[in-house]
Amino acid sequence: MGWRLIRTYTILVYLFMFLPIVVVVLLSFNANQFGSFPMTGLSTRWFEALWNNDAILRAFRTSIVLGLMTATISTVLGVLASLALVRYKIPGRNLITTLLIAPILVPEVVLAVALLLFLNFLNIGKSFTLLLAGHVIFTLPFVILVVQARLVSIRRDVEEAALSLGASPMQTFFSVTLPLLMPAVAAGGLFAFTISFDDITGTLFWKPGGIETVPTQIFSMLRNSISPEINALGTVIIVLTVGLPLIGVAVARILATKSGA
Amino acid sequence: MSIEQREARQPWILLAPALTAIGLLLIVPLMFIVVYSFWLKSAAGADTPGFFLDNWTEALTDRFYRDILLNTLKIAAITTIACALLGYPAAYFISRSKGNKMILLLLLMLPFWISYIIRTMSWINILGVSGALNSAMIYVGIIDEPIQMLYNQTTVILGLVHFLLPFMVLNIFVSLDGIDTNLEDAASSLGATRWQGFLQVTLPLSLPGLAAGGLLCFVLSAGTYITPVILGGPRDAMFANLVYEAIIRQLNWPLGSALSLLLLVVLGVLVLIYNRYLGMAQLAKGLG
Repeated sequence: MGWRLIRTYTILVYLFMFLPIVVVVLLSFNANQFGSFPMTGLSTRWFEALWNNDAILRAFRTSIVLGLMTATISTVLGVLASLALVRYKIPGRNLITTLLIAPILVPEVVLAVALLLFLNFLNIGKSFTLLLAGHVIFTLPFVILVVQARLVSIRRDVEEAALSLGASPMQTFFSVTLPLLMPAVAAGGLFAFTISFDDITGTLFWKPGGIETVPTQIFSMLRNSISPEINALGTVIIVLTVGLPLIGVAVARILATKSGA
Repeated sequence: MSIEQREARQPWILLAPALTAIGLLLIVPLMFIVVYSFWLKSAAGADTPGFFLDNWTEALTDRFYRDILLNTLKIAAITTIACALLGYPAAYFISRSKGNKMILLLLLMLPFWISYIIRTMSWINILGVSGALNSAMIYVGIIDEPIQMLYNQTTVILGLVHFLLPFMVLNIFVSLDGIDTNLEDAASSLGATRWQGFLQVTLPLSLPGLAAGGLLCFVLSAGTYITPVILGGPRDAMFANLVYEAIIRQLNWPLGSALSLLLLVVLGVLVLIYNRYLGMAQLAKGLG
């Protein structure tokens, strides 16, 4: 296979990946009242409709709060666990790692059913707390993988130097290890936030009546028809989700250069 | 307590919160639904505890469930193969390109960040009766009437491929990027054509990445619930849809437990085979 052929093929793969996104953005500016082609003109009316849609704004608020809480909890748990796995020789290390990344491999629907029925058995019904617990389990493996990968590349010597200069383990962690680890902590937290913000299957099982996240809100709107409003919402999400990681990557790079790693 | 004992306890203190979370929210619930799957459905929320095989008999012998399980595995297999065929050359291009590899990779990862439900739904904009493709074909004059292209098994697979392709590319890329390119040069200096060099050196060395990507694609597509609901027709339900029906609609929790465990066992066997030959570390590489 020639190099040019591979290049053309790759370009087609990229087009395939970006086509749906382009179409969503395009249609969200459609003046037509049906979210479909042919387009009749450009308009921002669907973004205005979105802004005035209380249900969607509520869903946004829920998703953001849920995502931030999930990211915080997952990152704290993930950093602690990664420290133990990378910095100490512990028996059964492989088994523990497998256990901690298991939620990626268990089908989401199985995990959702198990958690729902078990908590129900304990008389803990559907609630925001259940939703949060579930999201933490989903996102924890990703945080651990990202943080571990970074931690392996931080040299032990700098920590030992701090310790030998009289710093306590706590001081060493907060003034040496954590700053060096910051890019991974930021990336892991962002990962957790995005996965939580995007999750739908688990959320459908766990959410109590009356609470909607952005994906479940879109899902229930889709049952009627695909309105231009959904495309506008899609565009907002695309801008947020593409913009946020890009800013995240930029920040991580700046932090990495500053810390000299 | 001696210093050694304190030292030995430290990692466990660090691990305790994460292990407690996984234990209480994943392991114990999974063991609980194993037990629950042997209970008998009575009124919702008041099922009869005991050891009844009814749910398992139903889950394993009912042709309806078996057909959907087989269909689910078939869809997952086709999706995985399609992802490999689309993803391998792209990953190869990215890993061997002279330009900025990371930008190319990041570009391909961008759609991965975009909401799954929005990406799935967007195919309706493209393939729908008044979608982009039909409009374009009518405009050009290939067809006079719009064609119904949506709501079948092919569109379900299309949606899944679009969702999972970045996973595949990332895994293969990580593998390919770790291969010393001198090996290919060495092969060609020993008289192999580029194609032979690729087939006998690069491809075998990149198989762990391909396998890791394949496993992820297969497991994630076999467990999918949303894609068939949005892009499939009434007869394109996948196994996760059955679980949802049993649990949320019919409130038949014992049967729902048995069905979800069946799915877990089928996919679990696959993960175990994978782990036996390649180990979880490979998977961790491609996800981080």
